[in-house]
Amino acid sequence: MSLSLQTFSTVKDASAALRSGGARYLGGGTLVVRAVNEGDISVTGYVRATDPALSSIDHADGRVRIGASVTMATIARRRDLGDVVRAAKAVGGPAIRNMATVGGNLHAPAPYGDFAVALLALDVTVHFTDRDMPMADFIAGNGTPSGHDIVTAVSFAVPPAGSFRFLKVSRVKPKGVSVLSIATLIDTDGAGAVQTARIALGCMAERPMRAAAAERALVGSRLTREGIAAAVAAIGEGTDPITDPIASAWYRAEVLPVHFRRLLLG
Amino acid sequence: MARVPVQFTLNGEERAEFIESGTTLLHALRDTMGDTSPKGGCQQGTCGACSVIVDGELRLSCLTLAQTCEGAAIETTAGLAAGGVLHPLQRAIMDGFAAQCGFCTPGMIMAAKALLDHTPNPTREDVIEAISGNVCRCTGYEPIIAAVLAAARSNSQNAG
Ligand SMILES: Cc1cc2nc3c(=O)[nH]c(=O)nc-3n(C[C@H](O)[C@H](O)[C@H](O)COP(=O)(O)OP(=O)(O)OC[C@H]3O[C@@H](n4cnc5c(N)ncnc54)[C@H](O)[C@@H]3O)c2cc1C
Ligand code: FES
Ligand code: FES
Repeated sequence: MSLSLQTFSTVKDASAALRSGGARYLGGGTLVVRAVNEGDISVTGYVRATDPALSSIDHADGRVRIGASVTMATIARRRDLGDVVRAAKAVGGPAIRNMATVGGNLHAPAPYGDFAVALLALDVTVHFTDRDMPMADFIAGNGTPSGHDIVTAVSFAVPPAGSFRFLKVSRVKPKGVSVLSIATLIDTDGAGAVQTARIALGCMAERPMRAAAAERALVGSRLTREGIAAAVAAIGEGTDPITDPIASAWYRAEVLPVHFRRLLLG
Repeated sequence: MARVPVQFTLNGEERAEFIESGTTLLHALRDTMGDTSPKGGCQQGTCGACSVIVDGELRLSCLTLAQTCEGAAIETTAGLAAGGVLHPLQRAIMDGFAAQCGFCTPGMIMAAKALLDHTPNPTREDVIEAISGNVCRCTGYEPIIAAVLAAARSNSQNAG
C-alpha cells in the first residue's frame, strides 16, 4: 500500500495539507503508523512539519514551553523539569519513548495518554499557530485523532519541588500499559494545610479527566490518613472507567482509591 | 504507485533506493535493502523484534517511516560483526545460551547496544529497563539479562 508522506517546513503549510481529507498528522507515528499497519483505511496519507521550534524546549522565568515534536525520552532527560519527568518516563519502553511525542500523547485515547494526564494536572496551555487554549478546553473539544489543527507546543509553570506527584499503575513491570494513572498538583501552606489541589486521572474515561469532587474535599485538609479520607472517598465521583484487555471498568474503579491514597501519603 | 527515493547509511554503508511512499523502515530494510536482521513480529510496537538504532537512538522500525530517516545513520544487528568477529553482545548471547528460537534476538541485541552505547557499565535494573520493550517467548529473560551484563564486563575489560 502506498501512502504519501508530505513534509512541510512550516506548520501553516502542513495544516493546509491536512484540510484536504484523509491525511493524518505524523508525530512519532507510534499510534498512527500502527493504525495503518493494522489496516485502518481511513488514513490515506501522512503530513508532517519539520519547523525546529516544534522540537525545542524553552525554560525561562519559571515557565517552560515544550514543542509538540519533543519526545518523551528528551523530556525524561531534563533535570530542570523536576518530577514532571516521571510522567515522561512512564510512557512505553525505551524505543517508544524515543519516538512518542508530546503532540501525539495529547491525542492518545485511553489506555494511552499518561503524559497528557500530567499535563492536565499542570494546567498547561495548548498552543496552535493562531490561538492558545487551556488543556481542559482542548480535551473537551478537539483532542480527537480527526482534528485538523496542529498543536505546536504546550507551556506551563514548572511546579515547585514536592508539589507535583505522578503515579502510573500497570500490571506488567516495568512499563506495561496503564491500568490507570494519577497526577496531582497540590499547594500547601506553612502549616501543611492544602490550599489548592488539581487532580487528573487517566483511564477513568476515554480522555484524561479532573477529579473535581476530590479536589474540593482536599482543600483545607492535611495530607494525613485522616485528612485525606474525604478526598479518597470522593475520588471516583464522575468517573466512567474504560474496559480493555488490561483491566475492567470495575477493577479500575476498585483500585483507584487505593492508589490515590498511596500517592498522597507516599 | 508513488515511488520515492530514500538515502541513508546502513551499518556504515551509503544506501540509496527507491521505495513506495509510506513504507515502514522495517519493510524498506527487509524487502528493498536486503537486510533481514530486523524481524517483523507484531507491527504494533509491542514486541520489539524490529528494533534498530537510528542516529544513536533505539527505534521500532515497524512504526518508523523510511522517508523520515533521510540522511540518518541506521544500525542493525547485521552490521555488528566486524571482519567476522562477533560483537561482544553477540558473543555473550551465544555463550550464555540467551537465544532459543532467536526471533527476538536481533531486537534484544539492538536494545542492549543502545544501552551500552550510552551506559557502558549498567546495573541489572538498567538492563531490565533497556529491554522492557522487547518480548521474548522462550528464554524467560534471565539468560538475556546475564548476557548483557557479561558483554558490558567484557567491554570494560577490553577498554581497560
Ligand atoms: C507498544 C506501545 C506502548 C505504549 N505505551 C504507552 C504508555 O505507556 N503510555 C502512553 O501514554 N502511551 C503509550 N503508547 C501510545 C503512544 O506511543 C504515545 O501516546 C505517544 O505519545 C503518541 O505520540 P506519537 O508522536 O507517536 O503519536 P502519532 O502516532 O504520531 O500521532 C497520534 C495521533 O495524534 C495526532 N497528532 C500527533 N501530533 C500532533 C500534533 N502536534 N498536533 C495535532 N495532532 C497530532 C496524529 O495525527 C494521530 O492522530 C504506547 C504505544 C505503543 C505502540
Ligand atoms: S514488529 Fe515492531 S514492535 Fe513488533
Ligand atoms: S529466543 Fe525465542 S523469542 Fe526470544
